[in-house]
Amino acid sequence: MMFKTAFAALSALWLATAAGAEELKMAVTTSFANSGLAEVLLPEIQKDTGIEVQLLVVGTGQALKLGEAGDVDAVLVHAKAAEEAFVEAGNATHRREIMYNDFVVVGPAGDPAGAKAAGSASEAFALIEEAQAPFVSRGDDSGTHKAELKIWASAGIEPAGDWYKAVGQGMGAALNTAAGMDAYIFADRASWLNFDNKAGLDLLFQGDPALFNQYAYLPVNPEKHAHVKADAAKALEDWLVSDKAKGLIEGYQIGGQKLFHFNAEAM
Amino acid sequence: MNDIVEGLWQAARLVVTLDPGLAEITLRSLQVTVTATVIASAIGLPMGAWIAVNRFRLRRFAIAILNALMGLPPVVVGLIVYVLLSRSGPLGVLGLLFTPTAMIIAQVIIITPIIASISHQAIRELWADYHDLLISLHATRAQRIKTLLWDGRRALMTASLAGFGRAIGEVGAIMIVGGNIDHATRVLTTAIALETGKGDFGLALALGFVLIALAIAVNLALHMLSGTERGSRW
Repeated sequence: MMFKTAFAALSALWLATAAGAEELKMAVTTSFANSGLAEVLLPEIQKDTGIEVQLLVVGTGQALKLGEAGDVDAVLVHAKAAEEAFVEAGNATHRREIMYNDFVVVGPAGDPAGAKAAGSASEAFALIEEAQAPFVSRGDDSGTHKAELKIWASAGIEPAGDWYKAVGQGMGAALNTAAGMDAYIFADRASWLNFDNKAGLDLLFQGDPALFNQYAYLPVNPEKHAHVKADAAKALEDWLVSDKAKGLIEGYQIGGQKLFHFNAEAM
Repeated sequence: MNDIVEGLWQAARLVVTLDPGLAEITLRSLQVTVTATVIASAIGLPMGAWIAVNRFRLRRFAIAILNALMGLPPVVVGLIVYVLLSRSGPLGVLGLLFTPTAMIIAQVIIITPIIASISHQAIRELWADYHDLLISLHATRAQRIKTLLWDGRRALMTASLAGFGRAIGEVGAIMIVGGNIDHATRVLTTAIALETGKGDFGLALALGFVLIALAIAVNLALHMLSGTERGSRW
């Protein structure tokens, strides 16, 4: 008897399942999700198109994998070479550039490596390596990780050794690690500005065009995966390149700083 | 230390103001884990009783495997369920990946061995007491299992609650198969992981305290409803 009462009480919880709008699953990178821009865009998207966009927040590597397997309807990432290979392999119908933000070099406020005075991103990295100052790398095959490796390559350095710590985690976890170790780290500006546990870290280097970070939208190919919601993905793309999206993206600020620059072109 | 105090404060504030975001993920946590516990109990309790009552060739081996499976790493379970449910996997047509159902499946796999193992232990001891009586009454095998399950119900509730406890605090598997999607598959544990990633330790801890309070509340509620541990009864 008592058990039955318990069951009745618990089964009341089940009624809380929502239904309604068309759902679309989109894999996005941690850096995009951490920026907070999604919280501004998603409600507007739902209002204008009726599409409820469900975000899967993962690294670029996994985001593309999800698209390839057909587990999401669209992908929004930032790793041009990998994206082009993705389209090439027939996983997406095309690649549409939407906006860009930029990466920054963050490190201990005391700046033992002197990265602040560097003339370019690769010079800043070279100074860190020279000083053997602790450096935390994402190490997770994400877009940010790939961008970091590109700058190491342009500096002609193969990063390895005790000072170079690949944590294999998302941007937030990597920033926590850097804050805990007072280490240098390569981060996107949005994640850095939104990060609450800055501890002894400070923004040390920014502004090099090599640090620009282009986001592109990739709708998953319905010829490969018949179940993907191609119409909704198209409607979302049209919305993302619209003037309304432009206004919201350009107007988005954290702490008085503009984060994203809209650069989608009409097709 | 400051973070912990701040977390407690924030937890109190969220609960008192009935924060809608918190209510949503708390209800989803309960929905997923209670469903998983009910299903796992429906499988695990009779399985434990059956193994206790029956003598068969690989019995010892089966018990050893069951005990070993109690330590299944959730992240591996998550990965296996993920690969099975992925659109390019064998069960992809069901379209279950990144839904609460996928999270329930993963949790059932994780906690069924726990429930079966603990209930087997409890039923075995009860069976030692009841053996002669039930045999002399010519009870059928099904009748024996039914009697043992009923008379051992308090110990079996502990088995189910142990399963519930493991599932409600689990994050590795449901993060992989659920995807931590806001308003769809986000639960307390995955929200804690997310807020930790954002460096918002205060909110992460607040959610953690809510999770602990929820586990205690469910346990208390079940004990009260089932009338165990009452002063007049032993």
